[in-house]
Amino acid sequence: MPLVFPPARRAPRGEALVRRAFQASGFAALLAVAMVFVFLVVFTLPMFTSGGIFAVLSPVWNPVRNQFGILPMAAATFGLSLSAFALAYPLGVGVCLFLNGLGPRPAAGMLRAAVRLMTAVPTVVYGFVAAATLVPAVRGALGGSGFSWLSAMLVLTLLILPTVVLILDGQMAAVAGRTRLTATALGLGPGATLLFVVLPGCRRGLFAAAAMGFGRAAGDALIPLMLAGNAVALPRSLLDSMRPLTSHIALVAATDSTSLAYASLFACGMILFFLTAGVNLALAFVRRGAPPGEAP
Amino acid sequence: MTARPRPNRTAPGRGLERAARAAAWGCALAATLPVAFLVGYLVYEAGPALGGGLFFGDVPALPAILGQRPVWDGIWPACAGTLALVALTSALAVPLGVAGGISLSLFARGRRRRLLRLGVDVLAGIPSILMGLFGFALILFLRRTFLPQANTCLLLAAASMALLILPYVVGATAGALDALPDAMRLLGPSLGLSTWRTVAGVLLPSARRGIFGGVILAVGRACEDTAVILMTGVVVGAGLPSGLFGKFEALPFYIYYTAAQYQTPDELTRAYGAALVLLCLAVGLFLCARAGSRLLEGRYGMGEMR
Repeated sequence: MPLVFPPARRAPRGEALVRRAFQASGFAALLAVAMVFVFLVVFTLPMFTSGGIFAVLSPVWNPVRNQFGILPMAAATFGLSLSAFALAYPLGVGVCLFLNGLGPRPAAGMLRAAVRLMTAVPTVVYGFVAAATLVPAVRGALGGSGFSWLSAMLVLTLLILPTVVLILDGQMAAVAGRTRLTATALGLGPGATLLFVVLPGCRRGLFAAAAMGFGRAAGDALIPLMLAGNAVALPRSLLDSMRPLTSHIALVAATDSTSLAYASLFACGMILFFLTAGVNLALAFVRRGAPPGEAP
Repeated sequence: MTARPRPNRTAPGRGLERAARAAAWGCALAATLPVAFLVGYLVYEAGPALGGGLFFGDVPALPAILGQRPVWDGIWPACAGTLALVALTSALAVPLGVAGGISLSLFARGRRRRLLRLGVDVLAGIPSILMGLFGFALILFLRRTFLPQANTCLLLAAASMALLILPYVVGATAGALDALPDAMRLLGPSLGLSTWRTVAGVLLPSARRGIFGGVILAVGRACEDTAVILMTGVVVGAGLPSGLFGKFEALPFYIYYTAAQYQTPDELTRAYGAALVLLCLAVGLFLCARAGSRLLEGRYGMGEMR
């Protein structure tokens, strides 16, 4: 790509100003990230100064007695997002294989359109309809209240599936285009090419899809809020009620409470921030070595 | 396309391939059937609610829209709140996002470009609840410092939501500009046009469809996100939005709230209606964005917008 704006010898009026403005506006996103981070840090500080860092890392959340442990919520976030991810990821890879040659072409086209459309379904709609259908079904079939890890996990799977599929599908198409001739010349059929050449060649896409899918699952607040029951306890079975960090933030912020409770909220926010920022840093690292046009 | 060879029935991996094919079919069905069921169920349940009464209750449409008479048993206030929120969010995020995309695509090279790109990616990955938490912290901060009477409001919600959609607008703008052919990028400078004229007169109009598509997708996100507004001033029963510093209602929050708090079957049916309206709004915006970007395909050999 050529540099678009070579320095002009006789610059028109305001030229320098316009350029500087454009150059500065690129930093808006970076500035926003910094702002979010600084606010999180500043508001978590009371927790450190009052010696509360160990108080936060405890399993007991009881604001009445000034106990602000967020371990159960952190555990719930990891449990819920990892389990939803473990379901959605193989499903997503299967869908991508279907899209790129294992399924009949017309069906693949329809499926791709459907998956794209799934990205447009509002989270709250998933949560609302699942609360009316899935939750009673879980309650009827397996007992308990139905508002459980299991219900939230199943719906979260649907929510992150398009993320996994669209990222991986993009890279699969690129790799398939690059390797098709060679593989055909070697006598491989379309199915074998896909499984033994294209899929192993999509390492970056496989990683990117995994990272983005997991990040999405860990960051969603609405699904657990509406379906997981919101009880503060270390979840021990799939039928237990749970409260991940995201819904914890939403629930505690809604109720008026002490500033130390708020500080623990921001500690929750910090964990989420580092989790998702870490995912994106890892992605950027992977992307750097990618050949042009194949960056996931 | 190349000619396909005859399948070799004795080739190694033939059994594996057949198993993979079956698994792929299973995955395809497992991915789509639940969604089809959810949408079908929603339409079925929302059926009785559809009609003018869903929006305005017993109040005639015109006075309700103009805000002359309050609407108590309709979703119009929530719709109006969402529209106001989306308009304000776009007013904040779109100019900044487009400028950011121009900066990223046309003015940044090398290390700086990578840094800016990273900022956009990290911002896009931050969960929406953290944007809400940020807005919430901003109010706490203002209360403690120089605005003791500050409270969560429409403007705050829009500002937090703008942070959420900013990376989408930046990414779409930069992508559309990157896809322009080099000749187009050099046209302005070769004619001696100023930077402003080149950008506003040549490059932005050429890339407008891609930018438009990205903006519409971002608007769709702003319509449906609940976690941000949950923490920054949305309420139930506020009526039409009263101003920048007032509380407001919104469709997704209305749905969320009713799911947990409904008293009568009527309220539940109305929430189904609201969910269907929100779904149609989101899908409609999505299709608009796709249609816009599809017109672009093939024009400059630009790939599909993802």
